Amino acid sequence: MAEIRVMREDLRPPTSPPRRHFISIKDVTREDVERLLATARTLERSMEREVKKLPTLKGRLVINVFYESSTRTSSSFELAAKRLSADTMSIKSSGSSVDKGESLKDTAITLGAYDPDVIVIRHPQIGAPNLVARVTEAHVVNAGDGKHQHPTQALLDLYTMREELGRLEGLHVAIVGDVLHSRVARSLIQALSLMGAHVTLVGPPALLPRGVEAMGCEATTDISVIAGADVVYVLRMQRERMQEGANYVPSLREYAARWGVTPERLRPGQKVMHPGPMNRGVEIDPRVADHADALIETQVRAGLVTRMAVLYDLLTNGPIEVKTESVLEVA
Amino acid sequence: MLFAKDTPRENIVVRGARVVDPVEGVDAVLDVRVDDGMIAALGQNLDTNSHRVIEAEGLVVAPAFVDPHVHLRTPGREDEETIASGTAAAAAGGYCAILAMPNTDPVVDSAATLGSLIEAARAEAEIPVGFLAAITKGQSGAELTEMGELADAGAVGFSDDGVPVAAPGLMRRALQYGAVTGRRIALHCEERTLSRDGQMHEGEVSAELGFTGYPSVAESLMVERDLALAAYERQPLHLLHLSAWESVQALRRARADGVQATAEVTPHHLCLTDEAIRRLDPNLKMNPPLRSASDRTALIEALKDGTIVAIATDHAPHARHEKDVPFEAAPFGVTGLETAFAALYTHLVEPGLVPLEVVLERMSAGPARAYGLDEPRIAVGAPANLVLLDLNASYRITEETFRSRSVNSWLLGEAVKGKVCATIAAGRLAYSS
Repeated sequence: MAEIRVMREDLRPPTSPPRRHFISIKDVTREDVERLLATARTLERSMEREVKKLPTLKGRLVINVFYESSTRTSSSFELAAKRLSADTMSIKSSGSSVDKGESLKDTAITLGAYDPDVIVIRHPQIGAPNLVARVTEAHVVNAGDGKHQHPTQALLDLYTMREELGRLEGLHVAIVGDVLHSRVARSLIQALSLMGAHVTLVGPPALLPRGVEAMGCEATTDISVIAGADVVYVLRMQRERMQEGANYVPSLREYAARWGVTPERLRPGQKVMHPGPMNRGVEIDPRVADHADALIETQVRAGLVTRMAVLYDLLTNGPIEVKTESVLEVA
Repeated sequence: MLFAKDTPRENIVVRGARVVDPVEGVDAVLDVRVDDGMIAALGQNLDTNSHRVIEAEGLVVAPAFVDPHVHLRTPGREDEETIASGTAAAAAGGYCAILAMPNTDPVVDSAATLGSLIEAARAEAEIPVGFLAAITKGQSGAELTEMGELADAGAVGFSDDGVPVAAPGLMRRALQYGAVTGRRIALHCEERTLSRDGQMHEGEVSAELGFTGYPSVAESLMVERDLALAAYERQPLHLLHLSAWESVQALRRARADGVQATAEVTPHHLCLTDEAIRRLDPNLKMNPPLRSASDRTALIEALKDGTIVAIATDHAPHARHEKDVPFEAAPFGVTGLETAFAALYTHLVEPGLVPLEVVLERMSAGPARAYGLDEPRIAVGAPANLVLLDLNASYRITEETFRSRSVNSWLLGEAVKGKVCATIAAGRLAYSS
C-alpha cells in the first residue's frame, strides 16, 4: 500500500494518519488543487505521445462502483486507471447484489476484501463515499454522491477554465440553471471560490437553494447578468423537476424561454461550459452548444487527465513537484 | 392511566443529599425518608428505622422525571424496543413515568390493542408507563378513533405523532370530540407539502450539503393552524417537539391570548443546530430536524420563560442496520431516555444558559401537568418519585451502557457531565448505578 497522507493535514489530529480520500472540495486546500492541476497538465503532455500508457500504477487495483448511470464519469475513471496501468474493475448496481437488496455497507465490505487501492463511487445518496471510507481500507474517490459533491468534475472544470482563459483568480463565472439539485454546482462553487474566482448563480427562484449565498457566491433570477461573465456554466435541467408536486418551474418551454442560454444572451467570445449530458433546446441553445466558444469537448478531455491526476496523487507519496515530467518518465 | 409491574414498595432513607424541588421551593441539604413507597419525612439526621440507606452526600435529589414522548416500538418492532427495555432505559435516565406514542404496528387505535399494551406494562414495565391512542384510525387522517372507549380503557391522551392530521376539518372534529374524553390531544405539526422529501432544516447548511430542505414554515404553519382551531373551539392542546422560532412566537402569542396550549421541546433541539449535520451522521437525523442557531436560542428562551413547559426526549429507537446507511436512506429518530439529563446538564446548565431548577421543573412537573398527571414532588405524604443526580460526574457515552435495545444516540462517544445515580419511581427503587 502507498504511504498514507491526509488531504488537509491541518484539520486532522496529528496522531492517527488517515488515508487520503477525495470526497469533497471542502476537504482540499488551494495547494492541493494547484498540485492536482499541475499533475494533470503533466499527464496531458504525456498523452501526446504515441504510446499513451504509463506504468505508474502497475499492480494497483482501482474499483469503480456506479450506483447511478453515467457515461462520462465512469468511462473517464476507467480509462484514467488503465492509462496509468492499474487493474480496474467496474461494478454497476444493476446486475449486482444491489439488485438483491444488499446494503451499501455490505457491498463495500465485500469489495474491500479484494484489497483495492482505490474505490471510485457514484451513489444517489449524500454521504455514501464517507460510509465506504469508513468500512474499507481503500482510498475513496467520490464520483458524485446525490446532490452533494462531484469533486472531480469541479477539478476538470477548473483545469478547462485555466487552460482556456489562463487564470482562475478573479475570473467571473455564471452558473445557470438547476442549482438546487446539482452536485456539480456545489463542488464548482466551492472550488472556484477556493481559487479566488467570482461566482454568480442564475436560475428560477425555486431552483436556487435558500441560503446558498453563504457559500460565497451571488444568486439572481436575472438571466441578463450572464453577459457580464467570463464563463457561462450551464447546468442540466431535468425533466422530473416539472412533475406534479414539484412544480419548480411551470414547463420546460417556459424554462427555455426565460433561462435558456442562447446566442442572444451571450457576448461574442464568451466561453460556455456544460457538464453533460445536455438537453439541447432546453438549457442550452444548439447554436451555443456547437459554437467554437463552447468548451464541452475540452471538458471531457480534461476529465481524463484530471482523474488520472487524482488517482496518481492518492497513490503516490505526493506532493508532486510541478515541473517534474521526469517523475512520470522514471516511474 | 399509568401502568407498571406490581412490586413491593421500598423503605429507604436518602441521606445527606441536596434536595432540589423547584415546585415546592426546596433547595437544602436534607435526609428523605420513604416508608412503604411514600415520602414520610424530610429533615436533618432522620432515623433510618432499619430502612435501606442511600448515602447521597454531594448528590442532588430531585423529583424524578416524566417523559411525555417516547416510542416503545411495541407492538411490531420489538427488535428495536420493548416495554421492558424501554422502561428500564427510562429508569436509568431518571424517569418515574413515560408516555408512549401510538404509531406502532398495528397503530394503537382500538381498545383491544391498548388493552394488550396495558396488560404487558403490568407484567414488565420497570416504571409506570402511559399510552396515548391515535386520533385517527390507522393514523390515516380520515376517521376519528373511538376516543371515548379508548379513554375509558386507559389512554392517557391522543396523538397521531409521526403524522400530522392534515385536514383542518378533521382536526377540528378531534378537538371537539376530544373534549368529551378529558384527555389531552397532542399534535405533530408538519405541513407535508412543504416538508416533502426534506432531510434537514432548510438553510445555509442544507444549501451547501445538497440535502432537500425541511423549512421551519412547514412546522410553524401547522402550529398556527392548530392554535387557531384550539382558540376557536376553546379547547386545550399539546404541541409535540417544537423546533422553530416561528412556532415559538405563534405559541407565545396564543398563550397570551388565553389559548390553553402547552408545548414540549427535545434535548437535541435545545443542544444542537443544523451545523452538526455536516458530520453526515445518521444519528443526527430526526423529525423535526435540527434547526438554526436562532431557532435554538428561541427554544431555550421559551423553555426559560415557561412558554414551553416540558422537555420530551422523543426517544425513537431504530435498528442498527437501518441507521448504518447514508444519511438520506436512514429513518428519522434518535434515542434519548438514558442521555437526556446529561445532555441538558452538559449543554445548557454547565455553560450557564439555563438554570438547573428550570431543567428539573421542565423534565418533571411541567410534562406531568401538561397531561394532567400527578406532579412528582418532594413533600411529606407524596409518593416517592425521586432521582439522584451526580452533577460532578464526567464520563463518556458508550453503547455498552444502554439498556435500550437500540443505540442510535447522537451522544455516542461524547464526553458529558451529570449522571443519574438512582431512580425511585412510584415508591420502588427502579435504578441504581
